[in-house]
Formats: sequence, structure tokens, C-alpha cells
Amino acid sequence: MSILVNKNTKVICQGFTGSHGTFHSEQAIAYGTNLVGGVTPKKGGQVHLEKPVYNTVQEAVEKTHANATMIYVPAKFAASAIIEAIENEIPLIVAITEGVPVLDMIKVKEKLFKSKSRLIGPNCPGIITPDECKIGIMPGNIHKRGSCGIVSRSGTLTYEAVAQTSEHGLGQSTVIGIGGDPINGTSFVDVLELFLKDEETKSILMIGEIGGSSEEEAAEFIKSSKVKKPIVGFIAGKTAPPGRRMGHAGAIISGGKGKAEDKIEKMKSCGITIADSPAQIGKTLYEKLAR
Amino acid sequence: MNIHEYQAKNILREFGATVPNGIVILNKDEIEKKAKKLNLKNLAIKAQIHAGGRGKAGGIKLVNNYKDLIEESHKLFDKVLVTKQTGKQGRKVKRIYLEEISKIKKEFYLSCLIDRASSKIAFISSAEGGVDIENVAKNNPEKITTVKMNLDKSVTEENIKKIIQPFILPKKLEKQTSDLIQIIYKILIEKDANLIEINPLILTEDDKILCLDAKINFDDNALYRHPDIASLKDPNEEDPTETEAKKHNLSYIKLDGTIGCMVNGAGLAMATLDIIKLYGAEPANFLDVGGGASKEKVSAAFKIILLDKNVKGILINIFGGIMRCDILAQGVVEAVKETNLLVPLVVRLAGTNVELGKEILKKSDLKIISANNLADAAKKIVEVAK
Repeated sequence: MSILVNKNTKVICQGFTGSHGTFHSEQAIAYGTNLVGGVTPKKGGQVHLEKPVYNTVQEAVEKTHANATMIYVPAKFAASAIIEAIENEIPLIVAITEGVPVLDMIKVKEKLFKSKSRLIGPNCPGIITPDECKIGIMPGNIHKRGSCGIVSRSGTLTYEAVAQTSEHGLGQSTVIGIGGDPINGTSFVDVLELFLKDEETKSILMIGEIGGSSEEEAAEFIKSSKVKKPIVGFIAGKTAPPGRRMGHAGAIISGGKGKAEDKIEKMKSCGITIADSPAQIGKTLYEKLAR
Repeated sequence: MNIHEYQAKNILREFGATVPNGIVILNKDEIEKKAKKLNLKNLAIKAQIHAGGRGKAGGIKLVNNYKDLIEESHKLFDKVLVTKQTGKQGRKVKRIYLEEISKIKKEFYLSCLIDRASSKIAFISSAEGGVDIENVAKNNPEKITTVKMNLDKSVTEENIKKIIQPFILPKKLEKQTSDLIQIIYKILIEKDANLIEINPLILTEDDKILCLDAKINFDDNALYRHPDIASLKDPNEEDPTETEAKKHNLSYIKLDGTIGCMVNGAGLAMATLDIIKLYGAEPANFLDVGGGASKEKVSAAFKIILLDKNVKGILINIFGGIMRCDILAQGVVEAVKETNLLVPLVVRLAGTNVELGKEILKKSDLKIISANNLADAAKKIVEVAK
């Protein structure tokens, strides 16, 4: 098993014929993802990367029965692309786009709340179940099928954690980047819940960063969960000055809230082992499991 | 994006809120001419900087005659204010705001913001105004009222009642306060603000509700649809190096240490700063070159890092995903030659085409120290940049 995506997942790409959409669709196909087509308004009827192009998500879903979509449209149009996917009841929506305005995301969340869809992102690397399905911008070759579930707010730092777990022979069941924005579709808690239920996932890595309180909520959830699995966490941004946005829109310590130390303390108190160094994430998990 | 108090008050005024009369002074020569438009008997001279705590740092002066006004205004111009939010280097005052003072009967706190945890819009209100709201939240959380709401055209009557409840206002002032709440909400929605904070909101002795101080922060990602707001940016408030970095689409933040950093991805960049500190040194900057950096971008990043004269060594940490390590390595080699680099450079590459990248660095005959992993990289740069 794995969570959310596997070899049977039928994926379409919104923003299919654009440069990002094209590049990452090619990569996904090469990885073995079952990409069944794409959407670009006014380009319906064309064939791109040997797959059909549709004008609308509705048409794409009718023709391909896709159950997942990856979104690479520019930030200005991202919210309406997500809403189009929600309205067509696509179960899994992965939005890679960076720079979506916060108020647009509030609108999206209201739609999402009443819908049958799950949104991952925006401003995220995507989701991958090694050897089965890659939806996103992560380099496929660093992943190795295994037992560790990884959830993270970051992109390249996730790759770092993936490479470290691969090095220690643990491998990954599924890896999800939930994104670096202040408001996103799927939270740590949502993913942890799925990992705890998944039989293949024997251990969990959670990579957080400064800003907001989603790590604290996740820690509370872990503490109260009846199912227990070994969990290791890392929080980036211990050296970040307050009031500055550290690259990610959501990575900011404001009003004395969102500090790395507070998150670390909370996570520790809820039974999560913390890796002090970003170079020790894989090792910390390996040693915890060996004990 | 932050704006000045006077700019925030102009927006509030434009949307119909009651704010004190005031005039901004952008250079010393205007003081005498502009001050005449105000009632000089009771004036505040307020330094306009993007940092809180200016009152305690001597950034607000009260005057009651023309002579003092001129004297104090001149003193405040170009003065360096050090507040708890500016850091020890302080901030030079380049704009001042002259404002008529009102007699205060009561002070309140009112703000409207995007609440991350609930993905809703929230109003926060308290009868404890004019003080640091973070302290109130910490020590007396019961004195803070938070009302969360869905995105809608306006605030419901019911929510308004809850928001103004802690103020305990006379009936005749409820309408005016309710209007103010609708105005603030409207600004947040129409202008894509993240936060609008009125602290204090005051009740004057002649029973008027007035926004005495105002702070607005806007969503950078939405500035493209508000050129009017984007134009309010004050270049004096930005670090010149950060401004230069933005031109090249680089995310750069200057810090106080000596190790310059170039990393792809914000999370990995933060983690790189953390590990430098863990190995006993201090980072000089945060710099995210982004996912698909070109040779030109790498070269620009190099030059920007070197603008900081405190830099004693540079660490490049790249985990290639979209970015290929060979392209990055070519960029580094060219940039090192071009800038005639004098400080030690440690490069750690991982991911796509890593072997090709390492080969390029090796063949270059430049003094580039190669690192095998993140820990090795941190150890090496801290050693050589002592």
C-alpha cells in the first residue's frame, strides 16, 4: 500500500502545454506515472506528448476518467484552475504553482470544505509513491520504495530527507510536500492521519519550518492518536530573524508566534523525536528504529 | 509588504474612516510651509519607519508651538532610531508625519487579519489599547476577543456586536464603530491586505472614535493586481542589497554573520543557516536561488553575497531537482573567475547530474573546496572561514 497515489492513479495536467507543464509531464511519464491527458483552454483537440489535450477539466474527466490532476498554471489563474478541478469532483488535486494570493486560497478553501476533493499545495513539490506514481517536480531517481512516510512544508529539504532515508536503506512509502504557503489544502494532520492508517508505512518523517502553528497541531494530533508509529521531526529556521519572510510566503515569525524552538518543544513533548541537524534526519530515524 | 503609518491612514481616510488631521513631510525644507495648514497648539511629530516601538526610542515628539515644532522636526529628520524591531543598526528617519493631537478618554485595540490556522478572516479586539497586544495575549488572554468569519461582502451585525463588545461603548457611538469595522474589512478584501491593525483606536473626550495609529501589511503575491499599493513601497526601508537581489528574482535576506550562503529552495536554505550555526559560525545571509536557476542567476547571486563586506567565506548548497548540477557548476566557475573571488568557497552538490557537476568544478583548477554532504559542507566552511 501507499497513500493517495499508486500505479492505478489516472492523472491529468492543467497547464499541460505550458513550459512547466510540458517539462514535468514528460518527467512524470518517464517515471511511469499514468498520465492520461491534459487541459489547456483553446488547445482542445491537439495531441501533446502523445496525450490528448482538452479545453476544460470537465471534458478531460469525461473522456479519461482521471482521478487526479496536477496544476502548473501561472499564479494569477491558479485559484480558478483549482476551483474548476473541485467543481468536477476530481478526488486529488496537486497544485505546484507558487505565488497564489492568500485571499484566493481562502476562496478555494471554502469550496474545498464542501467538496469531495483533496488539495495538496499550492507552492509545493507534489506527491510521489516510489516506483508507481510521481505527481510533481521532485527528482524521481532519489526515491526508493520502502517503509518511511515523509511529509514536509519544503521542496529541496524534502529531497534531502528522502536521500538520507534512501541512504540508510529505509526507503519511502509515499512522500508529500504540503507546501510553503500560509494557507494550503492539506495539512500535516491530514497526512499523518493517512500515514498512521497505512500498513506499509512503518515510520514517519515530518519536516516543518517556522511560521504558523500547523506543526503544533500535528504534535497534538500525534499525542492523542491511538495508533502509534515512530516519528522523527525536523524544523527549519532556528536562525531566522523575526518578522522576515524566509523565502516561503508562510515562513515568518510574527507577533512572537511560529518560532522554531516553540515548535520543537511542543513536538518533543508529544513524543516526536527531533533531529537537531538537517544532516542527521535519516540517521535519527534509523537509530530510533534500531533501538 | 509594509507601508508607513501615514500611508495606512490615507487609505483608511479614502475608504471613509475617521483619522486625525495630519501632513507628511518628505524633506526638511517643506516643514515650515506645510505645518501652517495644521492646528499648531497640539501636535505630534511622528517618525515614519517600518518598525514598532518608535515611541520609546524617541521617535514621537509632542509640541504646542511653532518654534518647538520646527526645532523638534529638524532634530528628528535623519535621526537613527533604534527600537526593539530595528536591530542594533537602527533605522534612519527619512519621513515625518505631523498630526493633530486629540484628547483621549479611552484606548482600544482593533485588528483584522488572515487567520492561517482556520483559513478564515479574523477580527481581534480588546479594551487594552495602546500597549503591546502580544503581551496582553500572553498575560491576559481573557481580555482579547477573536471573531472569525468566512469570506463575504461584509461583516454581519452579529459579528460586529461581538467585535465591539469589549469596548463597552455608549449607544450613540455604535453606528460609527460598526461603520469602521466594515471599512477595515473592505480594505482587507479589496486591497489584499494580510493585516490591518489600529492600535490604539481611541475614544476622544468629545466622544469621537478615531484611528490614532495604523499599520497595514499587504500580500506580496497579490501586488500585481494593486499597482496603487505597490507604488507605496519606500525604498529607504529596504536593504539596498535586498532590493538588488529582487531585480534578479533572488530571495535574499541580510543577516549579521560571516558565512555567505547560496542555496536552492527556501526550506533547505533555512536548514543550511541552521547547520552553519550548529557548527559554530553565523550565516551572513539567506539566499534562495530558486528552482531553475540559470548561469546568469548564479553569477548575480555571487555578486550580491559579496556586496556584504562581512563575508569571510561562501557555502553553496544545491540539491538538484529541476536544477541540474552541471549547469550550476558551470555558473559557479564562471562567476568565480568573473568576480576574482578572494574568500574561500565550499560547494556541496547533490541530485540531478551531480557527478558531471563535480567534474566541472574539479577540472576548473579554481580553489573550490568540494563537500560530500551537508554536514561535511558545514564543517568545511566553518573551518576555512575562521
